[in-house]
Amino acid sequence: MRTLFKVAGAIAAGLATPAAAADKLKVGFIYVGPIGDFGYSYQHNQGRLAVEKALGDKVETTFLENVPEADSERSIEQLARTGHKLIFTTSFGFMEPTVKVAKKYPNVLFEHATGYKRDKNLATYSAKFHEGRYVQGVIAGKLTKSNTIGYVASFPIPEVVSGINAFMLGAQSVNPAIKVKIVWANTWFDPGKEADAAKALLDQGADIITQHTDSPAPLQQAEARGKLAFGQASDMIRFAPKATLTSIVDNWNDYYVARVKAALDGTWKSEDTWGGFAANMVNMAPFTNMPDDVKKLATDTEAAIKSGALNPFKCPVVDQDGKTVECKGGANLSDEQVLGMAFYVKGIDDKLPK
Amino acid sequence: MRLELVPRGDVSPWARVLAPVAAVIAAVLIGGVVIAVMGRSPAAAFQVYFVDTLSESWGLQEMAVKATPLLIIAVGLSFCFRASLWNIGAEGQFIIGALVGSILPLYTAGSGAGFWVIPLALVMGALGGLAYAMIPALLRVTFGVSEILSSLMLVYVADLVLDYLVRGPWRDPKGFNFPQTVNFDATLPFLADGGRLHAGVLLGPVLVLVAWFVISRTLFGFGVRVAGEAPKAARFAGFDANRMVLAAFAISGAAAGLAGVLEVLGQIGQLKPGISSGYGFTAITVAFLGRLHPLGMVFGALVVALTVIGGESAQIALKLPLDLTRTFQGVLLMCVLAADALVSYRVRIVTMARA
Amino acid sequence: MDIWQAVLITVITAATPLLIAALGELVVERAGVLNLGIEGMMAVGAACGFAAATLSGSSALGVLAAIAAGVALSAVFALLTLGLATNQVATGLALTIVGLGLSGLIGAGFVGTSREAIPAIRIPGLTELPGVGRLLFGQDPFVYLSLALAIAVLWFLGRSRAGLTLRSIGENHTSAHWLGLPVMQVRLLAILFGGGCAGLAGAYLSLVYTPFWSPGMTAGRGWIALALVVFASWKPLRVLFGAYLFGGATVLQLHAQAASLGFPSQVMSAFPYVATIVALVIMSAGRRKAAAAPGSLGTSFVPDR
Repeated sequence: MRTLFKVAGAIAAGLATPAAAADKLKVGFIYVGPIGDFGYSYQHNQGRLAVEKALGDKVETTFLENVPEADSERSIEQLARTGHKLIFTTSFGFMEPTVKVAKKYPNVLFEHATGYKRDKNLATYSAKFHEGRYVQGVIAGKLTKSNTIGYVASFPIPEVVSGINAFMLGAQSVNPAIKVKIVWANTWFDPGKEADAAKALLDQGADIITQHTDSPAPLQQAEARGKLAFGQASDMIRFAPKATLTSIVDNWNDYYVARVKAALDGTWKSEDTWGGFAANMVNMAPFTNMPDDVKKLATDTEAAIKSGALNPFKCPVVDQDGKTVECKGGANLSDEQVLGMAFYVKGIDDKLPK
Repeated sequence: MRLELVPRGDVSPWARVLAPVAAVIAAVLIGGVVIAVMGRSPAAAFQVYFVDTLSESWGLQEMAVKATPLLIIAVGLSFCFRASLWNIGAEGQFIIGALVGSILPLYTAGSGAGFWVIPLALVMGALGGLAYAMIPALLRVTFGVSEILSSLMLVYVADLVLDYLVRGPWRDPKGFNFPQTVNFDATLPFLADGGRLHAGVLLGPVLVLVAWFVISRTLFGFGVRVAGEAPKAARFAGFDANRMVLAAFAISGAAAGLAGVLEVLGQIGQLKPGISSGYGFTAITVAFLGRLHPLGMVFGALVVALTVIGGESAQIALKLPLDLTRTFQGVLLMCVLAADALVSYRVRIVTMARA
Repeated sequence: MDIWQAVLITVITAATPLLIAALGELVVERAGVLNLGIEGMMAVGAACGFAAATLSGSSALGVLAAIAAGVALSAVFALLTLGLATNQVATGLALTIVGLGLSGLIGAGFVGTSREAIPAIRIPGLTELPGVGRLLFGQDPFVYLSLALAIAVLWFLGRSRAGLTLRSIGENHTSAHWLGLPVMQVRLLAILFGGGCAGLAGAYLSLVYTPFWSPGMTAGRGWIALALVVFASWKPLRVLFGAYLFGGATVLQLHAQAASLGFPSQVMSAFPYVATIVALVIMSAGRRKAAAAPGSLGTSFVPDR
């Protein structure tokens, strides 16, 4: 509520006295995909728009979309050179370029998403997407009739691997006999190929599809076949009103607004933020197309994770080969173990590149 | 009514130089109208897109860095294209070159190995690209498989090989299992303060001179030209067609491979997926923009580099959408091509049916 | 529906956009013109098709708009390459850049918009036949259209007088010109036909295959279509074979992954590309000479008089 007043205040102030351009904090964003992907980059751009909305004329925002990761140093530096004082680089592949540019521009603040290298003027942030995956797993475990889930995956990076594991652990918690079939599309975004992958999984007996690629194509295929599916990154229910169970929604709005405010106030500090449900960085879209008892279970699971009562990676975690994984975080796997996850949990019949 | 092209007799060198200027003016007029319709200032757009980039040391350095891989690949490709060989897989040769060239820097990273790593890495990169280009060349001479198809398909394969290595055996053990290698120590030195102009950029002009000499002053260069323009005459003259295929592919593969390793050691400093932002394909445009002439390709590479950097500046300063700057990039290239054609031909509008 | 039928339908869906675009490019190339702008024309077709269909509510209008957009973009190519004799390779690549940019501008307003796919055909009695009903009588209209297009192109190039004219122009434009054949007019029509086909292939992506629009949704299919023309040695039925082979290999590797065969996913993903090369090696074996491309492919024609 208080923020709402501030927003209103900011807007009112903006209407009354247009601030000089020099007073504005210029904030830059670098996106790896097009803002029209309706997925990952789209959600980051929603965060940028939230900043504009919340802070009105105190800020001026700029973005570059579809920036190739290996060729991004120039793009980041372009923003730094043109007076942007806070720059968000929103994909892992921007890490080394961001580190280099941050060294060169000590008076500019940088924030890099999903990476692990920090500096005095370089913070990192990421979201606990796996919390959402766990809830999905619980729902899928309850609803599947064929006991087979199809998983359209992009690339075997820790975020995706920990997502698969969390999904499996969630599913096993209600349905020990469940199987997950994984297809690596080797792309983040190719609607046709994602659709084909979903079809292959459905043809092999999966009755629920989940995806860690960015387009709504797998969801649409599930809808066309009368099966169920989960959306990715944004609420995708409009693409499959009868098939969508829920979507994991990346929500960068609060984080971006808070960080830009901190930069405005001079309270910005370089730190690492890794938030999930509790931090409101990951949301579940409404639970739909499921019976009330499953809906309740899903809601309870989400609440338990949010409150900290439940951790998806609660020890003991048993890996694919039946070995118990060393528990480095007390009662749960440590953050580092999850952020660098490169093993599958028991029950997953796929191999990771070694 | 139709258009008729009449070849101009003598084309003055001035016309050749001024044509691109005219093309830029034409493109700016087209783009200016669009920008004015959108309610932004065309003059500001022109300033940001062209003037700022070309008037600052930073912009010029970035242009050179961006143009270098394009130029080196294009110079290599020009041998294939002159001999009427369609190597459209330079992107794959670039990637494999980067990959093979990275072997030494990767295994010596952190060991304090000396400067000797760099020249060896460059040679290995060129050899890697060369070897990869031999696949379509050999398939063509032994099985008659079209090089258009095989070279293009091998691009996707190269991409996946790189992907496999950086996610599997070559990934940084301390990198939280993210797909990237360690940072290499053996990187190319920078030439100027405040910018990213690296030593590899110097190789571009050197290779241009070498290519110009080979094409215009050697028997081999003569053979390449004849093979493209008059294959039968080439056979009568005793040039072995198969050897020509292998040689042209070797040159273009080596050039693309060299460009790949230069990009890694000069710009990126490590291997990761997607190290090429389409250089191998864009270089084809560069080669033909420059009419396969070494100096022309220098111009082509610089124009393309300018449109990339200028486009980015316009997105930042004027908040123009990427798709608009990209469309403008294509229109600008078309204008350059058209202007170049108008230097060679006069257009006559024929209003009556031919007598 | 049994699994084999389902898999084959998936293969056909994956192959159809490639087939349509490749057939168009085949006619262009047989006329002696190389248009590398397929990817761009497909992208614009996908965006215009989706936009028109969404705004008008009519899928048919969407398809027509996609074809018109492809034709319009190819007209620019024709103006430059025929009218001004610009280099075809560079012009085609520039066309791709323009097309991808334009598609983004056109589609920007339709991000997040969903639409029903153009439905598959249903013939009561036949579509329900066990085993083959869906496969033979229950595909979407584009599939039948693409097959008809393949037959039509085959007939046109092989049997019709106009097709003979087109081929002679592609083989040797200078002699064709001296024989009094209308080189420019035929090439113009061929280019426009190719553009229309690429636009149609784009419409298939955004109206049937994955019925929504997003930037970059062509994802390189225009390049694969280009490769298929070469794969087919410029023969229509072999384009058909090539498209289905490529589609089949793509879907097969996804199935192999889902069945958890244990290969690295990169090896599986590389399979369609390697398989295409191997298939061409097998088909070319014993010929020792590259299949002949149309004689004047890619070269500009400027009549001297």
